[in-house]
Amino acid sequence: MRALPSRVGSLASLAAPEVVPVRGDLAALFPWGGLRRGSTVAVRGSVALLLALLVEVTEGGGWVALVGVPQVGLLAAAEMGVRVERVVVVPSPGAEFASTVAALLDGVDVVAVSGARVVDSLARKLSARARGRGAVLLSFGAWPGAEVELAREGDRWWGLGVGHGRLRGRVTGVVARGRGAAARPRRCDVVLQGESEPGRLTFDMIEHTFESNVGGVERGSTS
Amino acid sequence: MTRLFVVWCPDWPVVAAGAAAGLPLDAPAAVVAANRVVAVNAAARAEGVGAGMRRRESQGRCPDLAVLPADPDRDARHFERVAAAVERLAPGVEVVRPGVVAVAAKGPAAYFATEAAVAEKLIDQVAAHADAECLVGAADGLFAATLAAQRGLVVPAGRSAEFLSPLGVRELLPEHAELVDLLRRLGLHTLGAFGALPEGAVASRFGVRAVLAHRLARGLEQRPPARRAVPDDLVATHRPDTPVERVDAVAFAARGLAERLHEALAGHGLACTRLAIAATTERGEVLRRVWRCADPLTPAGIADRVRWQLDGWLRGPDRPSAGITELRLEPEEVVDGPALQLGLWQGGQDERALRAGRAMVHVQGLLGPGAVLTPVPSGGRGPAERITLVPWGDERAPAAPPDRPWPGSLPAPSPSVIPPAPVAAEVLADDGRPVGVSGRFALTATPAAVAVAGGPARAVVGWAGPWAADETWWHPPAARRRARLQVLLAPDEHEPAAYLLVREDRKWSVEGMYD
Repeated sequence: MRALPSRVGSLASLAAPEVVPVRGDLAALFPWGGLRRGSTVAVRGSVALLLALLVEVTEGGGWVALVGVPQVGLLAAAEMGVRVERVVVVPSPGAEFASTVAALLDGVDVVAVSGARVVDSLARKLSARARGRGAVLLSFGAWPGAEVELAREGDRWWGLGVGHGRLRGRVTGVVARGRGAAARPRRCDVVLQGESEPGRLTFDMIEHTFESNVGGVERGSTS
Repeated sequence: MTRLFVVWCPDWPVVAAGAAAGLPLDAPAAVVAANRVVAVNAAARAEGVGAGMRRRESQGRCPDLAVLPADPDRDARHFERVAAAVERLAPGVEVVRPGVVAVAAKGPAAYFATEAAVAEKLIDQVAAHADAECLVGAADGLFAATLAAQRGLVVPAGRSAEFLSPLGVRELLPEHAELVDLLRRLGLHTLGAFGALPEGAVASRFGVRAVLAHRLARGLEQRPPARRAVPDDLVATHRPDTPVERVDAVAFAARGLAERLHEALAGHGLACTRLAIAATTERGEVLRRVWRCADPLTPAGIADRVRWQLDGWLRGPDRPSAGITELRLEPEEVVDGPALQLGLWQGGQDERALRAGRAMVHVQGLLGPGAVLTPVPSGGRGPAERITLVPWGDERAPAAPPDRPWPGSLPAPSPSVIPPAPVAAEVLADDGRPVGVSGRFALTATPAAVAVAGGPARAVVGWAGPWAADETWWHPPAARRRARLQVLLAPDEHEPAAYLLVREDRKWSVEGMYD
């Protein structure tokens, strides 16, 4: 009987879905303003988009596991703001894929896995495990029964010229489709990596175009 | 592996006894215990006196030999001056035993520019402040560094195993006397030959102590010198009445066993940081795995590891053919107990971190300790080099310091995909000829199209580079010349738009994709 009040409390908290926060510009893609705990979200077409979803959770002291996705650039993740000290990587779980993901769903907030070669029955089992543990299962690639599926639609880089400049930032269109509360498709443009594109030409952009001693532009004179 | 300088004072008992008796340094002298010579100095050795000789025989060979009594306390007391002298030059000194003192090499080597310079300074320092002669050596790990000191050598970093390999197994004396005798009878005369045996075979044939000797012979560290020696009686053993095959039955016993081990350790003021779990089955199969842990293990931590390990063994693909008859927990490495209470420096050691940590350790039980990795920002030029992956629970040490200038490294944003295996690429000019990079890091033609992994060529809409990285040119074996190129390709629905290409050995490959 003594345990009852806490049980009631935990049941009450189930009514309003608990959410793992995501970056502000991505929140609009989810009907709950973030990754609902216990849900499964599939990400298609962009690893950077997957990494962008991990920024806020690690910032807030949460833990993230990456299972079977050895290609993820962790340096890019760190630059995007993911606190890599709270990231764990299992590059090649091999035959123990299912038990590894299940064990990690017990302990961490978000588990990102590769959706390739996962059969329906296993996918359902792992999604149920995530639901039971209140963790978020993120799949890179299609996932049978995912509640929300994010896909990349268009990708524009800026900063790189022909023989000059460098990649400075990218604007990516992201579309969210899903089931239930997420049935209505949502679309937004986000700056996934780097800086957002300035509206007009700045000194930094033209300095690669002209030799400073030929044109009238000199670095010191702009300040 | 820690790189160490070792200062070795030869014939230290004689030097200490001579100093206590006020004898001149060049007078022949020997230290005698139980009527046998245990140590002699150079002058006495020149007269034919050697260790192990009877007292009367040694006096017969050298009539004016000064015979001094053995006294370990005196040796240690006098050695303090040497340790203090070394400490003036380099902090963090650890006395290994009277006559041998170790000090971490990293700091002083950076300060005095070369390790040879440090060695020279140390010899001068000990001579000036402690009136003692010494030899100095440097190597990776205490064992190799001590042997290097006895030969006055500075062994280059990473070459300890090579240095040890031709040396005789006698170097393991006196700690492993029985093993050395056995190895010589087996025809294994050098450390290299002993080190070439598989570790599992050594563990099962010769026991735990031999494994430590085996690690030393391979140039690995037995344990860092800061940690404390493990008392021998701390092994916790459980023998069930009937052989057990079910995990839950052993797991129940494991809990009690873990409590017992932890109490025994706490009784010595210790906590365990490396634990070996060993099980023997009815048919004599021995299963053993060592668990390393950066934080000292709690009773629950020990019990969890035992349960997971047994889970891995009894439910794994190559499960033993019979029930378990004995379960042993052997602390392999211990630290002082108060370390248990700290943990402030770890930051965020909260409920979530503990829960996550347990899950990681669980997965390590399934896949092995090296399969669960955690990234540490590191120094380097390529996007892959700038992250070091260390096994979960190990010290989060980067492979190269990140806070140095790394000329030739690319600014953010970095590619979000790093191919785990190399992917070949082709860069083509307008006329279809391949584009290369000249010796002066200039492109031989303007890139017009790029084909990745043998796929169709896609038009280049933007490019920049090459970024030159001429690494370690001053040391030819480690030198690498690479040029990096960023390209933005014509849009394609299923492929990334931007690539980071790298050219080395006249070949382009994909180093990263901006996916």
